[in-house]
Amino acid sequence: MGFGPFLLLAVMEGLVSAAVLALTAVGLSLVFGVMRVVNVAHGAFFMLGALVAWFVAGHVAGPPVWGWLAALVVAPLVVGALAALVDISVLKRLNYEPEAVIVATIGVLYILEQAALMSFGPDARPVAAPFTLRLQLPWFGYSGYKLFVVVAACAVLAGVWLLMARTRFGLLMRATQVDRNTARAFGINVDRVYAGTFALGAALAAVAAVLVVPISQVHYLMGADPLLLAFITVIIGGLGSLRGTLVAALVIGLSDGVISMFWSPTLSKIIATLLVALVLVFRPQGLFGAKA
Amino acid sequence: MKVWLFHLAVLVALAVLALILPAYHANNLARILMLAVFATGYNLAFGYTGMLSLGHALFFAAGMYGAALPVSLWGLGALPGLALGLLAGGAVAAAVGLLALRTAGVSFMIVTLMFAQAGYLTVIYFNQTTGGDQGIVLSGAGRMLAGLDMTQDGPRLMVALGLYAAGLLAALALVQSRFGRVMLAMRENEERSRMLGYDPFRVKLAVLAISGLYAGVAGAGYALLFGYAGAGFAGVQYSILPMLYSLMGGAGTVLGPLIGAGAMFYLIDIASGLTTAYLMGVGIALVVLVLFAPRGILGWVRERVLPWLP
Repeated sequence: MGFGPFLLLAVMEGLVSAAVLALTAVGLSLVFGVMRVVNVAHGAFFMLGALVAWFVAGHVAGPPVWGWLAALVVAPLVVGALAALVDISVLKRLNYEPEAVIVATIGVLYILEQAALMSFGPDARPVAAPFTLRLQLPWFGYSGYKLFVVVAACAVLAGVWLLMARTRFGLLMRATQVDRNTARAFGINVDRVYAGTFALGAALAAVAAVLVVPISQVHYLMGADPLLLAFITVIIGGLGSLRGTLVAALVIGLSDGVISMFWSPTLSKIIATLLVALVLVFRPQGLFGAKA
Repeated sequence: MKVWLFHLAVLVALAVLALILPAYHANNLARILMLAVFATGYNLAFGYTGMLSLGHALFFAAGMYGAALPVSLWGLGALPGLALGLLAGGAVAAAVGLLALRTAGVSFMIVTLMFAQAGYLTVIYFNQTTGGDQGIVLSGAGRMLAGLDMTQDGPRLMVALGLYAAGLLAALALVQSRFGRVMLAMRENEERSRMLGYDPFRVKLAVLAISGLYAGVAGAGYALLFGYAGAGFAGVQYSILPMLYSLMGGAGTVLGPLIGAGAMFYLIDIASGLTTAYLMGVGIALVVLVLFAPRGILGWVRERVLPWLP
């Protein structure tokens, strides 16, 4: 296989990881943007979404596509409900103090991960793809499902944008983001907006997980890598800026695909993490964010 | 004077405990003491100066490999290895601080987390030298610390106690000094202390470097005392543990980290007998502490019983 096709393969792999990354990161970015807190448990919500998908897919009879579709509906609902519960029972009582929230969500991360270990066990398990279609290119065959993931991610992101820009709930979220006290003064139930935002962010992570499990596998520690990458994406894109997050997801997903194809995946992660640290130090508003 | 006598009494009590404890618990005590050195240093940055770092695993690992690599690769003695580990922890902390302290609050946490993660991945990346997840096992010859054999339980506990005593007294001296008051001022109101003529960046950098020295010597000591250095100690978990120990024992108390480390160690020890998911205890402890007892055990004692406790 020549360099050209090799690069094409790397770019296609990169696009898939960019799509998944955008979905996970957009939830994190939403939560940070509206609530001004960093949710360290985001990766655990991702893992939980995958776990629910595995459970649901195993309990629905018929061809895999039914199980997968059921998972796509059930997983975000379950994970979103749990996130809302965490928000009401923990974060709200901490008064959304940024540092306390980080400590608490680290705790939630451990609790969810270990609960998954106790119930699901330490093994990685597969989930069947809803369809098996192989695209035969002149140089190599490529999974049609992976390309479907890219399309589906675009659709979900468009949905999020519509929600933010065109619906009443989006308006409430944006109002709360701008000024929580004024929003409260105008009669907006800020507590409910916060719980909803937190649930929405977690549900987006769950959707990403349902999309990704047929490609990778379900494992109780699977949330760690997406969390790190989502962090990186959100920071490089500018904390709280959705558009920046999307651009950053594309850049990072593609460069991760290319670098880890030609060099080592570990090296690519080292470079990415160092880059983030330096971006935060020298350009705290992110590469695309507005000056605070 | 009362303060110094009280802490000396605690050290004497620890020494007595070290003599009478059965072997299993004596070994645990040695581990707890090394982790307590780590957490005491962490608490200087977190509890006293208000810097919530998520990157201390990097300083701990710097000390650990700073000692273990020269000892295992070039046959360096354990005592110079310990000194090298101490310096490595301090130097890495100072270097990270130079960059990370340009940020504050949540950004500072994320920057330190990212540096530590890059460090962890670097340890994995150079697994030819560092052994990666397998780690390095130190042989008997490399564990003769100033004539004491670290493979024996008795001398090991003695060295652990010695290191903790040194760390405790140094921390006590530091927080009672004028500089210690400036540290508190940084935590309470950085802007006002700047107005009074203190340079927050320099104070915080100095504290972070001191905190790194503690992490370095703890990491080096851990490697030499227990004969093993591995990538697991560079993971994010080892940044969270000292924070947990400090929170549990009482952030901003000198003895708190020891109490927290001991309590948490035995909590995990008991939990791991019941289930493989023993880290669940860590998670629950974090949430419960931050919700219901943000001052920790010793913070509560100070509030109710001993108001003069530093």
